Amino acid sequence: MELEIPYTVTARPDTGSYNAKIGIWLFLASEVMLFGGFFSAYIFLRMGATHWPHHLLNVPMGLFNTFVLITSSITMVMAWTALKMRQFQSYRRWLAATLVCGVVFLGIKSMEYKDKFHHYGVILNNGQEITGHLEMTPAEAMKSSTLRILPDAEDAGSFGYQLRSIFGRPAAGEEKVLEIPKSDIQWWSNFTPRYSTYLATYFTMTGLHGLHIIGGLLVLGFFWGPGAKLYRTNPEHLANRVEVAGLFWHFVDLVWIFLFPTLYLL
Amino acid sequence: MKEETGVPQEMNEQGVATGGPHGGGSGTAAHGAGHHEHQIELSWWRHYVFSTDHKVIGIQYMITSLLVALFGFGLMVVMRWQLSFPGKPVPVIGPLLTAVFGANLAPGGVMTPNLYNSFGAIHGTMMIFMAIVPALFAGFGNFVVPLQLGAPDMAFPRLNMASFWSFFVGVVIMLGSFLVPGGAAKSGWTSYPPLADIADTGMGFEPILNGQTLWLIGMAFNITGSLLGSINIIATIIQLRAPGLQWMRLPVFVWSELVTAFLLLLAFPPLESAAIMQLMDRLFGTSFFSPDGLIIGGRHWPASGGGSALLWQHLFWFLGHPEVYVQILPTMGIVGEVFANNTRKPLWSYKIFVYSLLSIGFLSMVVWAHHMYMTGMGQSITTFFQIFTTVISMPSVLLGTVLLLSLWGGSIRLPTPMLFALAWLPMFGIGGLTGLPLGWTPSDMVLHDTYYVIGHFHYMMAPASIMGLFAGLYYWFPKATGRMMNDFWGKVHFWMTIIFFNGVFFPMLIQGFNGVHRRWYDGGAGWQMAQPVLWLNQVMSVSAWILALGQIPFIINFFWSIWRGKKVTSDNPWQATTLEWATPTPPGHGNFLHPVAVYRGPYEYSAPGAARDFLPQWEQEESRVAEPKLSSV
Repeated sequence: MELEIPYTVTARPDTGSYNAKIGIWLFLASEVMLFGGFFSAYIFLRMGATHWPHHLLNVPMGLFNTFVLITSSITMVMAWTALKMRQFQSYRRWLAATLVCGVVFLGIKSMEYKDKFHHYGVILNNGQEITGHLEMTPAEAMKSSTLRILPDAEDAGSFGYQLRSIFGRPAAGEEKVLEIPKSDIQWWSNFTPRYSTYLATYFTMTGLHGLHIIGGLLVLGFFWGPGAKLYRTNPEHLANRVEVAGLFWHFVDLVWIFLFPTLYLL
Repeated sequence: MKEETGVPQEMNEQGVATGGPHGGGSGTAAHGAGHHEHQIELSWWRHYVFSTDHKVIGIQYMITSLLVALFGFGLMVVMRWQLSFPGKPVPVIGPLLTAVFGANLAPGGVMTPNLYNSFGAIHGTMMIFMAIVPALFAGFGNFVVPLQLGAPDMAFPRLNMASFWSFFVGVVIMLGSFLVPGGAAKSGWTSYPPLADIADTGMGFEPILNGQTLWLIGMAFNITGSLLGSINIIATIIQLRAPGLQWMRLPVFVWSELVTAFLLLLAFPPLESAAIMQLMDRLFGTSFFSPDGLIIGGRHWPASGGGSALLWQHLFWFLGHPEVYVQILPTMGIVGEVFANNTRKPLWSYKIFVYSLLSIGFLSMVVWAHHMYMTGMGQSITTFFQIFTTVISMPSVLLGTVLLLSLWGGSIRLPTPMLFALAWLPMFGIGGLTGLPLGWTPSDMVLHDTYYVIGHFHYMMAPASIMGLFAGLYYWFPKATGRMMNDFWGKVHFWMTIIFFNGVFFPMLIQGFNGVHRRWYDGGAGWQMAQPVLWLNQVMSVSAWILALGQIPFIINFFWSIWRGKKVTSDNPWQATTLEWATPTPPGHGNFLHPVAVYRGPYEYSAPGAARDFLPQWEQEESRVAEPKLSSV
């Protein structure tokens, strides 16, 4: 039914590649430029900024997610290798492991997002910034004339504190709940993209990366499920497709390896 | 003189008669065939609408973008009325404007500033991103490149379909944005923030269904489409070349498409990231592009701090400048093809041509900030960009020189495509040379944001690009339809077009020297100082309207020729050498009747000792026996 296009499965001798492999490398080149645009914007904005916040993000969670994605890259290669060796069951197990890693990554990422949406910042009329958690519901806070807020601990930026905070709020130190009349407040908000340029960068870049993860999961899920039928008729073609999808997956992994230090550590 | 002097339609079937020993590859099959022996029967929908055939997709691209070009041209025709007769109701279509855009935007058929700005923004956006680029890069690229490569189709046929439909959705969104409350985007085709960040927001505007947001969404679809298209073109050129078609045997059009595809592939994504950031600014209240402390309407704009409008300009022009070359490079390829074919001699230097294309491609990525000299970027950055802007003019001049010298000693035929190709050369020359003063800061300071700039870049994008577009249309029309376009009406179209194009754009250069600002709606105080050149507004407007009338012969000729034109008597009516002429006419799904192979370079015209004045790439051996001269000439 479909027209035969040369070199969809076998490599063209003089270029050494089949078509889709050329295609995916070109696509990845454009992806480099897409994320390159964001990284340049990050550098540009940070160079011009008078103040750049630090330690707002939970480093242990980001670090764990980095390991999750690196693991998923390994299982991805194993899935492809299994397919090349024509071990179909093994292929599906490794691919399932990859899918699980991707889902875990997204789960942790959404926990981090949720944390940010419950984290508040208050800018006083004198320009001072207080960050912390509301001791009231957001609905109450909207109505009330004072804001009850528990400021972040002194060592809230430290690795140990952040690790403990994942498993429940660490025991309060010397901080007391502050009652701030709204007349003293210039602006207050939770940590949404509009809170600061830093958070805008964070949400935009990780959000786009998350969309890439979701896209990758859809493609890999297809090759785990209905797409795997191709194994019966043309296993080499399936191996090629999985290789191409894998290259994309590795790229998404690589983007995270740049995003993590840029946004969490620097 | 040999048969070159003949009008192309009346050419004999010499090319057919001497198919050569390697008859297998030559296009000597039954005429008007299109019925491939392996041809696949498809439903009407799959064949004409959701087709994966590169030729159908190429034609879809071409027709869509020609319609968009007509629409974009129409916008400009109305704008020219406002510039000639400010504040007067637009004749004929005035009531239509009021009916479509409402009494707010066009009361009593008069253009308001907002409507003028909308028309300007959408004219630029549509002409550049949705007319010229899709027509030249995707239309011709899809139709011609696989044929010139000897390939059965593009490397990824279904991706190709996706790319067209993504582009199409972008066009629909962009057109539809006229109908939302407040009208289409008004911030220019460049969408400069902070204006674009705050435009179309607030009272009377929908949160997403407003002009500027739809502009961003429409562009995102368009960018996706051209991204998929460029991947496809590059992969096809790398992977699907026929046996023997080495890199230095590729027709120059294929080279130009390759370079163009790389520019689209690498330059468009940064604009996509910029568009995402502007969407964040507009939808989620971030301030990537709004600086802190912005006062709008006497009110402090609640920006969260630290944004930079300059950032948008960098990201935009990182695309925007390569985009200029995206528009002109394919026409260089087309003109190269038409020149070689109609001078009946090889291009003066194929290698210089190809290396110039490659260096233009590379250099066009490092000149973007010459659009931004007036932003106060700093001396050292400006110096860098002035140097590279000057450097990029060298390969451009080389290309023009190659084409000019190719005429020397040729036995030139003058069918319609050759007229357009010949006219491309001076238009490209004017467009290029008027660019030099803008590339250097001292003169740019004077000319920046005047009509001189408009004149300069339109010479590149309108006369030059569109001359190339028409040259290609008249040249490849017989391959696509099996019929020739009428030569007489083609020539009428040509003279109308070339004369009135210059009538529109040359006075702009003069007005610019007198300081007429490029964006003003009715001139205001600026026009008081430019009194001596204001009469040129009428000249330009009348030229634009006659230019519009001049397209009528083309439109009628185009449609008439599809069904009633003179049938071609050969698969190779122009007696050309490149592979697209080896296919049946029009080519069926799968293109070639037999596997083709390539035995020589692309432009072996008038080889000494050969019986004919052209040696097709697909013929293994040329018969050295002189044939009787045909009596037709």
